[in-house]
Amino acid sequence: MDGFTLFPPPSFWDNWLSFWRFEDINVLWVLMGSILLGMSASVIGGFAFLRKRSLIGDALAHAALPGVMMAFLLFQTRDPLIIFIGALCSSFIGFFLIDWLPKNTKIKADTALAITLSFFFAIGLMLLSYIQGLEVSNKSGLDNILFGQAAAMTEEDIQLLTYVTLFTLITVVLFFQKFRLIAFNQDFARTIGMAVHRYELLLALLIVMSVVVGLQLVGVVLMAAILLTPIAAARFWSNQLSHILIIASMLGALSAIISTQLSYLAPAMPTGPWMVVSLSVLFILSLLFAPKKGLVKRYFEFQALRQQVAEENILRTLYKLLERKEFMHNHFTQADIQSFRNMPSSCLQSTLKQLGKKGLIKASTQGVQLTQSGLERATQLTRRHRLWENYLNQQAKLLPEQVHQQAERIEHILTDAQEAQLQRELSNSQSDPHGNAIPTTHKADKTQDAISSTSNTRGGENFD
Amino acid sequence: MKKTATQNSPPPLMVSNLSMRYHHKPVLTDVSFQIPEGKTIAIVGPNGAGKSTLLKGIMGLEPTMGGEICFFGKPLTHKRLAIAYVPQREEIDWDFPINVFDVVLMGRHGQLKLWQRPSKIDKDIAKQALNDLNMWDFKDRQISELSGGQQQRVFLARALAQKARLYLMDEPFSGVDVSTEKAIIELFKKLKRQGKTIVCVHHDLNTVGEYFDWIIFINARLVAAGPVETVLTKDNLNKTYGGRLSLLNDLTEKMYRTQLNKAHDTD
Repeated sequence: MDGFTLFPPPSFWDNWLSFWRFEDINVLWVLMGSILLGMSASVIGGFAFLRKRSLIGDALAHAALPGVMMAFLLFQTRDPLIIFIGALCSSFIGFFLIDWLPKNTKIKADTALAITLSFFFAIGLMLLSYIQGLEVSNKSGLDNILFGQAAAMTEEDIQLLTYVTLFTLITVVLFFQKFRLIAFNQDFARTIGMAVHRYELLLALLIVMSVVVGLQLVGVVLMAAILLTPIAAARFWSNQLSHILIIASMLGALSAIISTQLSYLAPAMPTGPWMVVSLSVLFILSLLFAPKKGLVKRYFEFQALRQQVAEENILRTLYKLLERKEFMHNHFTQADIQSFRNMPSSCLQSTLKQLGKKGLIKASTQGVQLTQSGLERATQLTRRHRLWENYLNQQAKLLPEQVHQQAERIEHILTDAQEAQLQRELSNSQSDPHGNAIPTTHKADKTQDAISSTSNTRGGENFD
Repeated sequence: MKKTATQNSPPPLMVSNLSMRYHHKPVLTDVSFQIPEGKTIAIVGPNGAGKSTLLKGIMGLEPTMGGEICFFGKPLTHKRLAIAYVPQREEIDWDFPINVFDVVLMGRHGQLKLWQRPSKIDKDIAKQALNDLNMWDFKDRQISELSGGQQQRVFLARALAQKARLYLMDEPFSGVDVSTEKAIIELFKKLKRQGKTIVCVHHDLNTVGEYFDWIIFINARLVAAGPVETVLTKDNLNKTYGGRLSLLNDLTEKMYRTQLNKAHDTD
């Protein structure tokens, strides 16, 4: 909340309270409008994103500018419907240009987009400065269209905005499956006889309309962010398209609330940048903290994997030591372990501690020993390691000296089913390519006697 | 008796004088063939021979320069529901957020009207298709979590769900595991028993004779088309893999560049 002291402190809370008490009924309408816009822009932008045409919204928003100015020049009015139609026309001209250029010339799609975007924007700016030099009434505030100004919206603006956004949302809900099919596999959609071109036009119309009604609120320059940031953020939260779109629309609505409110509290602030900044914050939060794909989660998963690998490597080492002693001796010192596996003492000690906690090893004055469950796990790992070596050697024809490195890694991720499959495919493997026996679970039973005979320090405390 | 019936009915696919180009470069020139019903047919040729392009041209996915294509004696628009197309696996964005069942259900959308959603019957058909390819257990999986072979099976299940009579598949065997390859072969046999026709772009010469009844050799033009026993000859292989006919290629390209076919009277 410290950041808010930027604004005149005495009136801030009053303003804020009066905003949320909706003392000015217009506030309520603008808020509703911006929420609807946030939702519909996120949803329709989602389909542009999925069709890998993310930048189309940006180009269309810029392409709308000359239309707005022309409509104002021709009709000398700020009537929302006339401005809307003007913007719609020039946006569509831009859309067809972007579509036509790559199909009929050597110009690639990205170039066509960039050329169209800047050309239309330049014309729009020229017209805007021309209008500002004219002696016409109600020209002031026309430049709000560049960065958006929610507080400046009129009741008619909001009405139009509501109709258009509701139309967009309802259309998307109705045609969700068709839109998804086309976005996923356009060629297939055409082979089953869907009128792909018509759906594309419909999608384009929805994007153009959402962009155009959003201009008052967000502005030409930043419109693309409202279309794309929500879906990009929502992509981290789910794998199901319907959920992704719902989450995206929530994010869009949330940022709309934040920015509209600020537009009232600090009238000098344009709405667009606030909306984009709040969306970007939501995006960064999603990137970091999303439950499955967030960076934080992935970091912890990686740490857990590292821990698991370290522990399993120690178990394997203990098994090999045991094997060398022909299962007659089951106490090994840290030096024994380190002679087999080169790892720093601190790391070794902490890993041994973890293994002790899990009951896989026991520590005593004579050193560490595998418990029954520890031995089973170690046997399983060794078995998987050696089966994989055999597989590489026999089926992939790798030389025995080439197989160890890979098996060291694969042993940690083989599942029971894959182990069984290996067993089936290598029916008669008794030993690995280096001549070491491949242990079985039965073998673990056999060695049990040997271990219990040497493990008379059963009461030994956990290693710590 | 059945034999006479199939002989009288129009072939599942008839292509005559099909030409296609990419910008001004000819990809296929004057390809003509027709295929019998109830057989498995391979389209074989070297890389860049225009095999996938041929399939796309047949399906109306890429523009053709001329020629006629008939399915069961009718143009494509009249017979869409009788044809299922399986695109190449590489053409798909496998990161798209969708699960296996929804992909297979897409196979039913050709039958649905604009406002309709898949019904219980459609879902049952999709379920059956997934079962046929041993993929029912994966129905809720994201497609990004599938192996290459499983992805291919999902696409085949989608084609099955279309309940078509003619299947056009673009390299279904490419990059799949052994068990998927077997599953596809089983599927072919099953479809054949039902009298369906299968056309595949195929790249493996070792298996083509074993998996297919018919071969269409393509290298920018038609080299040969016919039953395996008669067309799988050394001579045809040499012609197919021995490079393109340079004069045919160059002059056709020139024809496209100069727009000669517009300048010339139609005859």
